[in-house]
Amino acid sequence: MKSINHIQDEIIDEFSILEGDLDMCVEYLIELGKKLSPLSDKHRVEDNIVKGCQSKVWLIANFQQGTITFQADSNTMITKGLVSMLVRILSGQNPDDILNSDLYFIHKIGMNRFIGTQRSNGLAAMIKQMKLYALAFMAKEQK
Amino acid sequence: MSNSGHISQIDNLTQIRAEFPILHQQVNGKPLVYFDNAASNQKPLSVLNALDHYYRNDHANIHRGIHTLAERATEAYELSRKRTAEFINAAEPEEIIFTSGTTEGLNLVASTYGRKLLKPGDEVLITNMEHHSNIVPWQMLCEEKDLKLKVLPLRDNGEVKWELLDSMLTERTRIVSIVHASNSLGTINPISELSDKVHQAGAILVVDGAQASAHLEIDVQALNCDFYALSSHKMYGPTGVGVLYGKRKWLEKMPPYKGGGEMIKEVTLEKTTYSDIPHKFEAGTPNIADVVAFKTAIEFIDEIGKNTIIQHENKLLNHAHAELEAIDGLRLIGTAAEKVGVVSFVVDGVHHFDLGVMLDTKGIAVRTGHHCTQPLMECYGLEGTVRASFSVYNTIEEVDLLVESLDAIVKKLRN
Repeated sequence: MKSINHIQDEIIDEFSILEGDLDMCVEYLIELGKKLSPLSDKHRVEDNIVKGCQSKVWLIANFQQGTITFQADSNTMITKGLVSMLVRILSGQNPDDILNSDLYFIHKIGMNRFIGTQRSNGLAAMIKQMKLYALAFMAKEQK
Repeated sequence: MSNSGHISQIDNLTQIRAEFPILHQQVNGKPLVYFDNAASNQKPLSVLNALDHYYRNDHANIHRGIHTLAERATEAYELSRKRTAEFINAAEPEEIIFTSGTTEGLNLVASTYGRKLLKPGDEVLITNMEHHSNIVPWQMLCEEKDLKLKVLPLRDNGEVKWELLDSMLTERTRIVSIVHASNSLGTINPISELSDKVHQAGAILVVDGAQASAHLEIDVQALNCDFYALSSHKMYGPTGVGVLYGKRKWLEKMPPYKGGGEMIKEVTLEKTTYSDIPHKFEAGTPNIADVVAFKTAIEFIDEIGKNTIIQHENKLLNHAHAELEAIDGLRLIGTAAEKVGVVSFVVDGVHHFDLGVMLDTKGIAVRTGHHCTQPLMECYGLEGTVRASFSVYNTIEEVDLLVESLDAIVKKLRN
């Protein structure tokens, strides 16, 4: 498994090819969104919704052999693209690394520039929820 | 579409656009197209200059000072009240109360008239297309006073089922509160045709004029409403100022809304007597500068003429309707016969949020979501819509650009 920072750096590289062109960045996000496999209806339920997102995001997490697998989905394509990057970075990592991760790629790829504040808040809620899962699984493991 | 009075046209749109400095900028590398006017429209130079002039030359606190600046500020503030009264044809300036916006105006009526004059079991009637500002204050009042909130349902095209009005007005109906023009659908409600029925039933008619005031002729006496609330920032004026018109007979009966300076006649530690209207309802130092500049916004509208504005916005609206409908899978939400320049739509299989973000990358500002009308969205089974809304400075070319961009975006999102 690649480290969190390794994957972040890969994403930063991919975005650097787009040279900060807004149209292309958004199109790339949409492409990423389309590639993310959708969650089944049984997981697209109220309990799995991440609060704080302007569009709906569903997030589920499984803990097996010391690592967390995240699966997520959204009803909007752009959010799906954002969510897919978080899943790519944090899924398969151990709770400790997830909790201590510094997700600098958001700033580096200029996400704040093309995803407005309200939507960034949604992203922040998503990250918070992923870290909460990490915390919960870690606590469970230590019992 | 609604056209009243003589037909006139905007002769020089370039000249009007030159009055709005904010429009002349690039957003995301593209010339700004501002279609979020129903949320708040932009301010002409004359309004910006009025604010600047007031603070540079005339500012002081109003009504109590005896010095020259206080006199000047008071005069400017009260002149704004007089001009507002003329603008909506109130019988007298004393019937004009300055508020922070339509929301405060409606809350004021609910908190004063509603609290004092309604009794348990009484009914408040609204429609299913109301903005949250014209739902929540009544819900709060109903909860507090044990009243019943009744709701007039809608037709598929975004009109109210007015044929049900007679049966929904009962001897217990005390307040009927209705939006003049819907912010989500654009539908214009036939206020003047309703007032007789409402009054015969023994109720008062409250009108939410937030969306109508920049687009329709407002004559509160012809409408024969008891209250009319509007917001300056939706009519080329500053934010933070609204107007509540109320008939004198009601304003005099109503208790004050807030306590403080300005609204008192005499205060002792035992008892306070209140000022006459309108000051009874304007506790504390008001938003003087913005009220003063609001007068300039009214003059901007009057100079162009409401008929000319209506005519121009209808042209944009009709063009937008016709062109948007050609987009595959696009469905217009709100196709009433009488509309202001608001176009709401959804596109099959594409989320409104994606459309909004992608239009923004093209420099086009629209609004997406429920537009503070969640019960309306629920009634049509929608989470939200994309809304483009027009002002006097928008052009046919901008509408074409919206349609063209949207067409390309929809194709991209579907592929």
